[in-house]
Amino acid sequence: MMAEYQTTTTATDPPKKKGSGWSFNWVGRIGLAIMLFWGLVALAGPWLAPHPPGEIVDWDYFSPVSGEFWLGTDYLGRDIFSRILMGARYTVGIALAAVTLACTLGVILGMIAAVAGGWFDMILSRLLDAFNGIPSLLFGLVVVAAVGSSIPVLILTLTAIYMPGSYRFARALAVNVNTMDFVTVARARGESTRYLILQEIFPNILGPVLADLGLRFVFIVLVLSGLSFLGLGVQPPNADWGALVRENIEGLSLGAPAVIFPSIAIASLTISVNMFIDNLPTKIRDRSE
Amino acid sequence: MPQSLLPWFLVIQRLGIALLTLIIVSFAVFFATELLPGDVAEILLGQAATPEAVAGLRSAMGLDEPAFSRFIGWLVGLAGGDLGTSYVNNTEVVDLLSGRLSNSLRLAGVTTLVSVPVALSLGIGAAMWRGSLFDRVVTVLTISVISVPEFMVATLAVLIFAVWLDWLPALSYGVDTSSLGAMLKAYAMPVITLSFVISAQMIRMTRAAVIETINTPYVEMALLKGASRKRMVLVHALPNALGPIANAVALSLSYLVGGVIIVETIFNYPGVAKLMVDAVSTRDLPLIQSCAMIFCVSYLLLITLADLIAILSNPRLRR
Repeated sequence: MMAEYQTTTTATDPPKKKGSGWSFNWVGRIGLAIMLFWGLVALAGPWLAPHPPGEIVDWDYFSPVSGEFWLGTDYLGRDIFSRILMGARYTVGIALAAVTLACTLGVILGMIAAVAGGWFDMILSRLLDAFNGIPSLLFGLVVVAAVGSSIPVLILTLTAIYMPGSYRFARALAVNVNTMDFVTVARARGESTRYLILQEIFPNILGPVLADLGLRFVFIVLVLSGLSFLGLGVQPPNADWGALVRENIEGLSLGAPAVIFPSIAIASLTISVNMFIDNLPTKIRDRSE
Repeated sequence: MPQSLLPWFLVIQRLGIALLTLIIVSFAVFFATELLPGDVAEILLGQAATPEAVAGLRSAMGLDEPAFSRFIGWLVGLAGGDLGTSYVNNTEVVDLLSGRLSNSLRLAGVTTLVSVPVALSLGIGAAMWRGSLFDRVVTVLTISVISVPEFMVATLAVLIFAVWLDWLPALSYGVDTSSLGAMLKAYAMPVITLSFVISAQMIRMTRAAVIETINTPYVEMALLKGASRKRMVLVHALPNALGPIANAVALSLSYLVGGVIIVETIFNYPGVAKLMVDAVSTRDLPLIQSCAMIFCVSYLLLITLADLIAILSNPRLRR
């Protein structure tokens, strides 16, 4: 099945440099560069900002792009460029924390379920499948309605929404690896379940799991921005990119840059991650080959 | 078991899973909203309430019963169409919902009517001329729409159609149904936005389904026989791709549930989603529960329908 897929891609794709399988095309490199840029901004944002992000620095609101305010000002006259730099910290930080938690939990449970099998596997799979029956944005709405919005609540909610998918993905991969000869040999050697999971299965599903982590990161950024846009995500005076769009939505009919630039920031992040994942070196994507 | 009964067995199994999911979902919705927050009676009576008043209200609302029996009572009420009473304005939730639900369904219906034909023809076209400029433009556009949030599609639509072209009002306030023109204008922006979001998914899935069928040996055979590209796709491949395509359509329509929440909020459209977002800000729990159940049930219906179509349209399961 995998082999078939490989031959068809090599047949239809334009001839590539036959390298070690680590070759990395320019689309993927651009994606990586934009991702790293936003990661850096999330870390160093407050020091790069030309104006304090929370302070009103302009007497005019929704002012256009100018030399002093590079991306204009918002509905209160705060500098949008500084607020976007600061917002990167919330959007990237929360999404990164949630995706790490979701994938770690999902992959660990998925591998245990695949190796253990039996009733543990069946009950866990059914239960987590049921969670897939709840639309993600709605789940976020209900939880935020119940417990109120704060950053830990957002991280845990997003984790809960995307953990089942990660579990399902990792379990399907691990079930395949689990039937391979080297795992059977290790089991016959009398290795413990812990050893099987960590030493035999995990290294062999790592590549696809990382690609899946990237995709899930994109989904989390989208849901987080959606929640913030509805006013249920990061609370004022702090603002992530979704909240920035919400704050300045009144400026939409004026075509104010305050609405447009935060939107572009979100799009650049999600599209660059997608570009990066789609063009990962084949060695990483199909580690199990 | 005779082979001919296999698909029906799978259908019954799938329906059973859907029912189980529904129970777990309602459990999650009820306990997420009932158990986590502070006491509802205290919230309702406010800061100045005496402990006696709070206790009285608690017993009047049945809050001192065990949570599980309240859950059963709530489920029985739901099944019988009794959705409880809104905390905020003391009206029956059913009355609040009835008008809103038909508004939302109308929005979803119009969107479906617009997006399905467009998405199917674009998806099949892209698969037919795979690798052409048309295919590449469609692919890039759909990926872009999928990887940005729904509210951004809405803002872009407002920018293009309202600010730059000045054809439509930027943000509609309420649905004016006095004339056909006014009604069209009120519906245009929400429908355009939702159609973009839904179509992008649908085009991608349709394209993938048709390409998968084109790659099978029997379609290749048709090409070798000398059939034209159009004939090969429309006559030989398409009939067998219909099942996966229908599956893709139902699955894409489930994205309506998430999209409608954003779109109704941004355009102030008086539907269930707007009602729910407002209820979240006033913490009106019975209203939130009912709206959440409406969304979950419609979502579940659509994904179950998608799976059922996939099972029933697979000829390999039939014999």
